[in-house]
Amino acid sequence: MKYLDEFRDPTLAKGLLAEIGRTVTRPWVIMEICGGQTHSIMRFGIDQLLPEEIELVHGPGCPVCVTPLETIDRALAIAAREDVIFTSFGDMLRVPGSRDDLFRVKSRGADVRMVYSPLEAVKLARENPDREVVFLAVGFETTAPGNAMALKQAAAEGLSNFSEIVSHVLVPPAMEAILASPDNRVQGFLAAGHVCTIMGWEDYEPIAARYQVPIVPTGFEPVDILNGILKTVQLLEKGTPGVENQYLRVVQAKGNPAARAVVDEVYEVCDRKWRGIGNIPNSGLKIREELAAFDAERKFKVENILTEEPEVCISGQILQGMKKPDECPAFGKECTPRTPLGATMVSSEGACAAYHKYSRRGLS
Amino acid sequence: MNDPVDFKGMSCPLPLMDHDTIQLAHGAGGLLSADLIEKLILPRFTCSELEKLEDQAVLDLPPGRLAFSTDTFVVSPIFFPGGDIGDLAINGTVNDVAMSGAKPAALSAGFVLEEGFPLADFHRVLCSMETAAAKAGVRIVTGDTKVVGRGSCDKIFINTSGVGVIPEGVRLSAGSLEPGDVIILSGSLADHGMAVMTVREGLSFRTTVVSDTAALNGLVDSILAAGPGTRTLRDPTRGGAATTLNEFARASRVGIKLIESALVVRDDVAGACEILGIDPLYVANEGKLIAVVRSAEAEAVLAAMRAHEYGKDAAIIGRVVSDHPGRVTIQTGLGTERIVDMPVGEQLPRIC
Repeated sequence: MKYLDEFRDPTLAKGLLAEIGRTVTRPWVIMEICGGQTHSIMRFGIDQLLPEEIELVHGPGCPVCVTPLETIDRALAIAAREDVIFTSFGDMLRVPGSRDDLFRVKSRGADVRMVYSPLEAVKLARENPDREVVFLAVGFETTAPGNAMALKQAAAEGLSNFSEIVSHVLVPPAMEAILASPDNRVQGFLAAGHVCTIMGWEDYEPIAARYQVPIVPTGFEPVDILNGILKTVQLLEKGTPGVENQYLRVVQAKGNPAARAVVDEVYEVCDRKWRGIGNIPNSGLKIREELAAFDAERKFKVENILTEEPEVCISGQILQGMKKPDECPAFGKECTPRTPLGATMVSSEGACAAYHKYSRRGLS
Repeated sequence: MNDPVDFKGMSCPLPLMDHDTIQLAHGAGGLLSADLIEKLILPRFTCSELEKLEDQAVLDLPPGRLAFSTDTFVVSPIFFPGGDIGDLAINGTVNDVAMSGAKPAALSAGFVLEEGFPLADFHRVLCSMETAAAKAGVRIVTGDTKVVGRGSCDKIFINTSGVGVIPEGVRLSAGSLEPGDVIILSGSLADHGMAVMTVREGLSFRTTVVSDTAALNGLVDSILAAGPGTRTLRDPTRGGAATTLNEFARASRVGIKLIESALVVRDDVAGACEILGIDPLYVANEGKLIAVVRSAEAEAVLAAMRAHEYGKDAAIIGRVVSDHPGRVTIQTGLGTERIVDMPVGEQLPRIC
């Protein structure tokens, strides 16, 4: 298939691997930001093919994984209300809160619906004027424009029965948090291609300069990832940190200005707690004050959220690249995709789920 | 009640009825029930056993071991590109019986109808059941109809059960795989599951993804004629090929090694899977089978399958090995190997 086969081409991949092998002279730790990249690396076994000098660590780029437990518990409480039609993307449905998940709330009678676009939720609000339609807006910069557009559309139509729970997160502040940590091991980044499609890559230049790291916006197919690794290794070996765009067919310097404009119109930057990591200043988006009527958390005022996070889970360290999933004592034992203890095991983009699904462990 | 009846897609004329939707009285056993059965259902399933309207069908079957299977169909939407709940209900049970090597002989059909279900839709479903049964060469010999109140079921649920006689000497078993055996898949993966998903979720692509629903008993006959030593056959429906192969590996305590580049996925299906973040190995098929055959018979079976209309794209997709018993692995296009695990639950489209 066009745009797929050529980026999975074994000959091209082998050529890039050989070039990486010729370029690398010493150990480097490279983080792929996006869970989609982690998934691809595990699916195609890219980590098995790399020279041993290169260690890939997995980043925080799984929106399902980093959504705070409080937000999920609050969403569950809102979804359980009789007057609410609760809408969400598919992979949020299985994310466990402290005691429940959306599937279980649904089985007890709540009206929970999976949508593919937030505009479907707006349509539901239009068609059900006597019900409250709530959309769970999570994700990175990639999904923010669509979610902002839905809210803008609802506001334009005067659909007072539409609201969003907004828990958007931003990549650059998370990268800075990782780089600023005294325990940081990451020396270069494959930036998330889809995020850069919206936001461009100019925001990464000050980070690359301040922390002296290479940052390479990279796609998701094996040839993209190997090409991204090669560019990162070249910059590391030459000692010339900076931003170099691998994902040329999609990413432009300024991203998608129209998408960025609608995000700015509807949301504003705020501090945000990341599940497993903690509070990161200016790392989230919330609904602007003038659109507060569409903020589900204010509309429904859910109080008394008491979260319980399993103590054994090390997803926070995994999301910051400090540990690998199979270094967790619970991995594959108490914690499996069927019985996840932490969010990194739930989403198909989560590093623990990718390790569990594609792990070579157990073969020997 | 005088809404125009939509005749689109109908293959046979709708008999005159006094109602245009299912009424609770259609299931009450009185005149309306009789009317529904005699005017709408019986004409589609003509056979001597059914026409007697006894409480049971009495079958004269050739001697041999019997294969017996049942399945219930609740697909939504009931009409989808390439088929509907009717031909799915026939083909699904025919296939379940046929995978034992049996020749499917007779089916039952039980209907649960929701009050308000359009009779024209019911008629369309019955017509496609008639066509599918004729194509598969099976008769529907007994049946039942119930009507439930609005909201108690989703339009129509169908249960079909089937029996067939297994020819002398045929003993297929998922527990009989040996290292060295060859795994053959009859065609492209994930067509049915993605056809239903794209319609259900209102996703529009430039092309229409079409279900592969088909009765595979003829293909099974061809396989067993070319490969009398065939180990096992199974149609990878819910859970997809990955689930079926894991079941084989566990039942026989052997390993299975697949080759990713040998798997056929149609371009439109691959595109839909990529967009939704879904792995075609885990998506349902309704007109495909996986055959595990002895190495010495593999080429003959493959040729026989390719000569059949439902096996044109058949390919050897892997082998049974003695390594990693109970596990399925796949060699990727890059030459690496990874595990193909059992799915945890339904695959969910990802956020981004």
